[in-house]
Amino acid sequence: MTRIFETPLYPYARAADQDAAAPVRHPVVVAGAGPVGLVAAIDLAQRGVPVVVLDENDRVSFGSRAICFAKRTLEILDRLGCGEEAVTRGVTWNTGRVFKGETEIYSFDLLPEEGHRRPAFVNLQQYTLEEILVRRLRDLAEAGAPVQLRGANSISAVGAHHDHVRLEVDTPEGPYSLQAGWLVACDGAGSPVRRMLGLDFPGRGFEDCFLIADVAMHSDLSTERRFWFDPPFNRGQSALLHRQPEGIWRIDLQIGPDIDREAEKAPERVIPRIRSMLGEEARFTLDWVSIYSFQCRRMERFRHGRVIFAGDAAHQVSPFGARGANSGIQDADNLGWKLAAVIAGGSERLLDSYNWERVLAADENILASTRSTDFISPRSAASRAFRDAVLDLAARHEFARPMVNSGRLSVPCIYDDGPLNGTDARGLPARTRPGAPACDAALDRKQGGGWLLDRLGGGFCLLAIDVDMPEENDLPAVRLTAKGAPTLAERWLGKADGAIYLIRPDQHIAARWTSWDGPAVAAALARAEARG
Amino acid sequence: MQRLVTTPNIDDQDGFYAELLAVHEGLDAAQSASLNARLILLLANHIGDRAALSAALREAMRSAVD
Repeated sequence: MTRIFETPLYPYARAADQDAAAPVRHPVVVAGAGPVGLVAAIDLAQRGVPVVVLDENDRVSFGSRAICFAKRTLEILDRLGCGEEAVTRGVTWNTGRVFKGETEIYSFDLLPEEGHRRPAFVNLQQYTLEEILVRRLRDLAEAGAPVQLRGANSISAVGAHHDHVRLEVDTPEGPYSLQAGWLVACDGAGSPVRRMLGLDFPGRGFEDCFLIADVAMHSDLSTERRFWFDPPFNRGQSALLHRQPEGIWRIDLQIGPDIDREAEKAPERVIPRIRSMLGEEARFTLDWVSIYSFQCRRMERFRHGRVIFAGDAAHQVSPFGARGANSGIQDADNLGWKLAAVIAGGSERLLDSYNWERVLAADENILASTRSTDFISPRSAASRAFRDAVLDLAARHEFARPMVNSGRLSVPCIYDDGPLNGTDARGLPARTRPGAPACDAALDRKQGGGWLLDRLGGGFCLLAIDVDMPEENDLPAVRLTAKGAPTLAERWLGKADGAIYLIRPDQHIAARWTSWDGPAVAAALARAEARG
Repeated sequence: MQRLVTTPNIDDQDGFYAELLAVHEGLDAAQSASLNARLILLLANHIGDRAALSAALREAMRSAVD
């Protein structure tokens, strides 16, 4: 059977640039066609910015890799026109169960409230998401968007200049040169662009190794995240089991430090491990196997002149918590509108705000993932004693259960005190404060039904709830009432009678008021566009 | 926020001290370390006051580096 990741999805084709007498200049070049690079390219293309994506490969990634896509990521995909397909093709889950040995000691519901279009998580193979994104990119191109995806185009040299980046690109038909107004490097943890520019990637590595395997099997298990500490089938270590679409299951087994990676990857070693986990009677086939140890690293700055780093190229986390691909896609979401604005003549300080906001997010993710790692894989006798004490107590006492850390799952960063944030009004709910991503709510039939986030669009907009606002405005406006809409009132009004929100193109909240104040709104918009 | 209490605060000091030693009786170093870890977590949750916990950690640390 030919699998999707074995099929060239964007095979090499000669581009006109390769026959040009002088290097052709493009406003934006994206390095890497993984989820982050593709999201960045789609976002820019939707904004009418010409973009060329260069990928050293010509197909989606091999093996499942990232599998858990969080609610915020799905909301971003909605804005990019592919959220519905990601959810339909994925499997939805909200519940995680944690076991010590064979006993369940803790479970959590990641989305305990109604009124959100998207679930806490869907599981979807990374290659499926990439396939969806490649198709979306192609649909945009066919509809006339100035976007190209060039397979088997490998960047071999990068020259950073004050007003452009010069790229040397290798292809099966030989090298050519390009000029990029801006280079967005989404070329992964081993980022060749970062290496070619001689930039550091400081952080730390962890010694423990993990065996990660995708197996195909039939199972009646419910779609939940299952995590074991010290299970009978992997004594003294941890294990994770997750369902993916199409009868594929992700298994992640801690196997300790100092192991022979090649030997452990061999099917004759892997199959008995999995058999002891799934039971003698389980019938399964191995789909993909890898051994990894992980790193937590971050570049000091994500912007270096006209080169901007996003995703794993800029920061790396351990996988517990699904904070890698999700935060990378959120990087791209943060960058897209800013880069489009700068190209249209906006302030370059917007790109410094990208650095500020996404460094904050990366640090939050690294902190969460390092803490999970220290719990799952204790580094000293003392940390092991406390970890085991928590697990011990959790079986009997409620207080210890929230301390059990098998991964704190990805939630979006709130850009508190961010450089683009404007006025906050007293009395409004904390969850919709400036810097926070807009919180979804179901709209009743009287207001046209559907979901709040779908109304906000992809540019700056004003959201007015039970507040009078002039008919004529520079910005698109969404007018709603919270009367008879308790979730909208709870999430967006709190105790106030009404509110006006200025919402950014990435659907983060810029500023808010409890009554209309034209000059204040104009000032907040200037600040959110880094003009203020 | 309550300040960390560093004046005598336990009735029957000697009795408490003896009880603390008694639960460690017969345990090896690793078992004692586990017991202490459980004890610290139980007490920490009982105290609850986050600032008092940090103050206690700082105080305990001071002896370790003196």
